[in-house]
Amino acid sequence: MKRRDTLHLTVNGVDHALDLESRVTLLDALRERLVLTGTKKGCNRGECGACTVLVEGRRVNSCLMLAAAAAGKHITTIEGLSTGDQLHPLQQAFIDHDAFQCGFCTSGQIMSAVGCINEGHTKNNEEIREWMSGNICRCSAYPQIAAAVAAAASEKGHA
Amino acid sequence: MRDFAYARAQSVNDALAMLARPETALLAGGTELLNWMRIGIEGPARVVDLTHIASLGEITELDAGGLRIGSLAKLNDVALDPRVQRDYPVLSTAILKAASAQIRNLATIGGNPMQRVRCQYFRADEATPCNKRRPGSGCAALHGMNDRHAIFGWTDDCVAVQPSDPAVALAVLDATLITARAGGGRSIPARTFHVLPSEDPSAHNVLAADEIITAIILPAPCRRSAYLKLRDRESYEYATVSAAVALDMDGTTIKRARIALGSVAMRPWRLDRLEQRLAGASLQAAAEGLGLDEVFADARPLSDNAHKVFMAKHAVQRTIAAAGGLA
Repeated sequence: MKRRDTLHLTVNGVDHALDLESRVTLLDALRERLVLTGTKKGCNRGECGACTVLVEGRRVNSCLMLAAAAAGKHITTIEGLSTGDQLHPLQQAFIDHDAFQCGFCTSGQIMSAVGCINEGHTKNNEEIREWMSGNICRCSAYPQIAAAVAAAASEKGHA
Repeated sequence: MRDFAYARAQSVNDALAMLARPETALLAGGTELLNWMRIGIEGPARVVDLTHIASLGEITELDAGGLRIGSLAKLNDVALDPRVQRDYPVLSTAILKAASAQIRNLATIGGNPMQRVRCQYFRADEATPCNKRRPGSGCAALHGMNDRHAIFGWTDDCVAVQPSDPAVALAVLDATLITARAGGGRSIPARTFHVLPSEDPSAHNVLAADEIITAIILPAPCRRSAYLKLRDRESYEYATVSAAVALDMDGTTIKRARIALGSVAMRPWRLDRLEQRLAGASLQAAAEGLGLDEVFADARPLSDNAHKVFMAKHAVQRTIAAAGGLA
């Protein structure tokens, strides 16, 4: 039982050793300690989806996971998607389809969409909207977001 | 959030040993515990992480028929398991209608029924009367905002509802929760896992502080089963009312019907009298509402939720039709 510990997190392929209190969430560890601020802190209660990241390839709300529970796992954030200046197909699809206005929810939307496409839940607009419903967009860019996800899925041969 | 000490349990016995100390909380998916700690509903001194006990995540077939689902199985993994989809559509649907895709990747089937009421007074940041939050302080919802609250089984001490979707499916399937505890675990019927306010308005469920849910047992398959969730938004919203139905049929005649409503009481609300009434009835008559008025004579809506009575009746009819293949 430890109140603080040195935790090993592998984020976007890079190993980090962080001395953290047990109560620190994965979200706060990413943003405040690793300065990976692409992952957004919206509601901080698992209601908005802005903090979505991949843990071992599966999308989760990083505000609902302790950093201690994520120790030893592979984490992918929005910063880990592009290859140099080459955008990830979903990032490009969001630009092509004008799938955001203010942009606050966008990194969570894109991380969730990576999961959604990998899971194969993109066979039509309804299915995309159902499986993307954990990501709230207060600018209400939903039609464009669904179109961007469909386009990226199609490019990957999933639709 | 209060500071706490964290440890990973390597086995159920390991977890039980750590749980023997006071002020120790169990961490499974974390989708409730982290919010409880933020709001101040819980402030444990120690948190024991169960998620590294690999054996608790398995889904296995039972020799006698049925499935044993490890309590740490993620909601999405349970819902998308081909055996669950084929043999227990009511459970698969109920899970997929719950929360969001990413929350279902964290949340577990054993943790889900442990979620607490969504009453805004229970979850309030500021201190409001709530007998679940501060026993003896009263119930602000009784004469306050209660449009999402109970129509069955409430008392003046608590009018909240248990919001879990999977719990309604588990209740209708007569599932049991298997627990571990120092000195021996037990088997708890899913339909009586949650505690009504007439029994104890401060309680949520019957699990003891030193007890761990290790598995859920689903009895024989029930392919003619269905779940309907009615809510303000089409996705990612708690139920206003939900219905779960499991049918055993002989042609177009109902041999046995099991029916439960969700989000109408502090526990999944089995309609025992309607189930008896529908044994031997035609599917068509049941879907048209046979016996419903009689059962709903017991409903006691609050000041702002009479619509739930209407919605619940229709939910039952539609879900019977869906389970029987009429819809």
